Amino acid sequence: MTEPLLRVRDLKTYFVTEHGSGTARAVDGVTFDVLPGETLGIVGESGCGKTVTSLSILRLIPEPPGHILPGSFIEFEGRNLLTLDPRELRAIRGNRIAMIFQEPMTSLNPVFTVGDQIAEAAIVHHQVSRRAARSRAIEMLRLVGIPDPDERVDHYPHQMSGGMRQRVMIAMALVCRPQLLIADEPTTALDVTIQAQILELIDRLQAELGMAVLLITHDLGIVAGSADRVVVMYAGQVVEQAPTTTLFARPLHPYTEGLLASVPRLDAPPARARGRLRSIPGQVPAATAWPEGCRFHPRCPYAWDRCRAEEPPLLDAGGEPGTHAVRCWLLTDPRRRTPHP
Amino acid sequence: MTASAPAPAPSPLVDVQGLVKHFPGERGLFGLGRPRAAVRAVDDVSFAIAPGQTLGLVGESGCGKSTVGRTMLRLIEPDRGRVTIDGQDVGALKARALRALRRRMQIVFQDPYGSLNPRMTVRQMLAEPLAIHGIARGADAGQRVAALLEEVGLDPSFAASYAHELSGGQRQRVGIARALSVEPQFLVLDEPVSALDVSVQAQVLNLLTDLQQRRRLTYLFIAHDLAVVKHIADHVAVMYLGKIIERAPAPALYARPRHPYTTSLLSAVPVPDPKAQHERIVLAGEVPSPAHPPSGCPFHPRCPHPRKNDRCRTDPPPLREIAPGQLAACHFAEDPL
Amino acid sequence: MNVGNWLALGGAAIVALAAVAALRRRITATASGRRFFRHPTAVPGLFVLAFFVTIAIAAPVVAPYPPYFQIDITNPDLPPSTQFLLGTDPYSRDVWSRLVYGARVSLGIGAVAMLVAATIGTAVGAVAGYFRRWVDTALMRLVDVGLAMPRIFVLLMAVALWEHIALWVLVLLIGLTGWFGTSRLVRAEVLSLRERDFVVAARAAGAGSGRVIFRHVLPNAAGPIIVSAALGIGNMMLLEAGLSFLGLGVPPPAPSWGNMIADGWHKMTVAWWASTFPGLAISLVVMAFNALGDALRDALDPRRAGEEGGEGGGAA
Repeated sequence: MTEPLLRVRDLKTYFVTEHGSGTARAVDGVTFDVLPGETLGIVGESGCGKTVTSLSILRLIPEPPGHILPGSFIEFEGRNLLTLDPRELRAIRGNRIAMIFQEPMTSLNPVFTVGDQIAEAAIVHHQVSRRAARSRAIEMLRLVGIPDPDERVDHYPHQMSGGMRQRVMIAMALVCRPQLLIADEPTTALDVTIQAQILELIDRLQAELGMAVLLITHDLGIVAGSADRVVVMYAGQVVEQAPTTTLFARPLHPYTEGLLASVPRLDAPPARARGRLRSIPGQVPAATAWPEGCRFHPRCPYAWDRCRAEEPPLLDAGGEPGTHAVRCWLLTDPRRRTPHP
Repeated sequence: MTASAPAPAPSPLVDVQGLVKHFPGERGLFGLGRPRAAVRAVDDVSFAIAPGQTLGLVGESGCGKSTVGRTMLRLIEPDRGRVTIDGQDVGALKARALRALRRRMQIVFQDPYGSLNPRMTVRQMLAEPLAIHGIARGADAGQRVAALLEEVGLDPSFAASYAHELSGGQRQRVGIARALSVEPQFLVLDEPVSALDVSVQAQVLNLLTDLQQRRRLTYLFIAHDLAVVKHIADHVAVMYLGKIIERAPAPALYARPRHPYTTSLLSAVPVPDPKAQHERIVLAGEVPSPAHPPSGCPFHPRCPHPRKNDRCRTDPPPLREIAPGQLAACHFAEDPL
Repeated sequence: MNVGNWLALGGAAIVALAAVAALRRRITATASGRRFFRHPTAVPGLFVLAFFVTIAIAAPVVAPYPPYFQIDITNPDLPPSTQFLLGTDPYSRDVWSRLVYGARVSLGIGAVAMLVAATIGTAVGAVAGYFRRWVDTALMRLVDVGLAMPRIFVLLMAVALWEHIALWVLVLLIGLTGWFGTSRLVRAEVLSLRERDFVVAARAAGAGSGRVIFRHVLPNAAGPIIVSAALGIGNMMLLEAGLSFLGLGVPPPAPSWGNMIADGWHKMTVAWWASTFPGLAISLVVMAFNALGDALRDALDPRRAGEEGGEGGGAA
């Protein structure tokens, strides 16, 4: 088995909230690997901890009120990111690991040209001259499919549309040819036709540059189309992890099952299309008060006593060890998989 | 001239003819200088909705769909066009009659956080329309509020809550309850589930479906998510740059779209099934600005149709009937992608 | 000062402390309340105000002498002592008593003038912001003129037209010349609020302009209005003090902190207490209002108000 590019083990990121609301355990023991060249999708709804996870990898969590607990372990290319000193960490950010965000307008500096912003990473990390950096920037703009890059390099973010700004952000992220790209909801703020363009761009660049992508999204459709493997998060934990085809064909965790059943689908057969959607009752709990036992049990159609009392660990679901893992007691007691009346 | 919708039998509850709304362009410094081009947000839109039916109005950002919804209710004054609700011409009404008509037509907004007054309790928000129209006051209003909350799936104890104490899904339910308080016949739903989490989306969509059946409501469902619209709409109209470029019954539109934009849109929607991945039509270029629409067919610069020619650049195609009930604004609609 | 006065003074201090403590307990329940008290100057500012308001209300028990009473005109300018807490002024009146009664006047004028200014400013700003078009343009041009006007000179001119100015006229004048800034603030708030979905929802429900403005727009615009009022009171008090000092404000012998300074001015070198204590009082109170306004501004910042509620605990 190939050596993982990124190894996250038991990551815990907590936030202190004011005035007695307690500690928000936003990420509470997350473990996964990213292999070189693959796309790992992290999927979950708001409040599940996926964004905090991605920010924790690059240690971009504001401290206070947040902090990454000791005992968390993040290894990248053999080095523990959590113990690096600030200089070494900076050498990795933007260089070996790059990140793109959801809102291109607020992630781009409005007072600098896009060319300057793309060139900045090259200058900082590879000490190239300004002239060389500028031509690299033009090359990157061309790579991400922006027409007339020699003109556009001197434009400001406000002169560009949302889709183009996202491309600029991708160009900024990739100028140093990172090994890992963390994409946090990169298309959520974009129109569907532009979303398709950006996803196709990321796919193409990944193949060309041979990099791994950590794709964070709430959209199961995007994950189905772009990810090789999927991690499903709920309430600060990984609840299911599997190759994409396996996850969609055989979802084992009731939350994954529920999500897949509740998404309106374009490919739904017409008869089903006007019926009721199967929905997950209740709502996501607050990070300051995760339920006892299995965190999903209040909303789970199969829950029984054990679920209310004991929190299940990630269990192997057969097949090759480590491919399909599920955090659910149903794996030990499959007869219970009948919904309550 | 564009063809108006052939009135579906029974006679439609909502009838929109030739709706136009242009927003004046911004002027230069201090209001001097040449005025910039007007934004043609809604550019001659017509459709009809039969009672109890749902018309899905889809399009990407800037296509004008939200403006259509608000202009129909005269929350924004239209420039031209005729909107008829249950036979009454909305545009011709004066203040008092308009207020009375407001009971019949209501709106639910997209943003659950912005659509509720942060300083009012749920009870106050739901009782207000009742007070405005003289439907109920005091204890009587309190009872109605409790009944409304139950109807939208919230415990009546929520009446004392403020908006910031509720989750997104709960706030959206309150917004729906508020719209229902005056017992409307027609509801404009402006992206009602776009800001909600997937699992909550399903709950709210189910609620809307149930309410429609129980109360015999007519919906204009505005959205950008085609999968959601497929689930709830009887008919679908697709907008692009202020115009309707295709309109058809939902099964027909999704099975056999006639306009290349509709086809591209459908192709771009990610499907949650790794095995069903198809060759996506990836449109080139950006969505043009509604202040500077292209000449001729508004879609022609990005159109992937193999038969696209000069005529598309010069000659705006009318919205015409291709098959019974199916209209499309394309010169090559008979030969779809 | 007799025992009763001392007791009353002590009592006033305790009442003020208790009021501040009670207020603190009540409002730290909300996030904005906690933000307010996080300001180091919030509590001292509140206490100073509470104290002065209390002694102003309790003037008859706290002050040993009536404010106009001249104790011994052959022996004016007595320094502070146990009998005359802050000494006597050149007209041999007890400075402390006059200070306490003067608090009523100065605080009262500041508050009422602010009320006038805030009401007019809010009304004008709301109308301009909500109805826009020619109403907005006309009103805002008026505001432009008002802001450009040199306030002190206008007040001086107006006051000079009267032989003896009545107190309420003075208050009205100060208020009428002070609403322009508030109206701009309110207009800006109203302009943004009127586009919010919940306001559109109210209109969709059939609400008329009046209901929309009073029940939906203004309650949500309250924050900036309150901050502007708190910061503005200090200004109004200073104006009154200035006018009174010049002899054009509160007519003597009625005490106001401003004319008290004027009374003792010519004896500053030999009897500094007569002018200094009223001056200190004004400074303290104005600083307290500024501190309050600052803390309120942070507490009511609408950007922070959205932090209350929302899903999850900052995780996504």
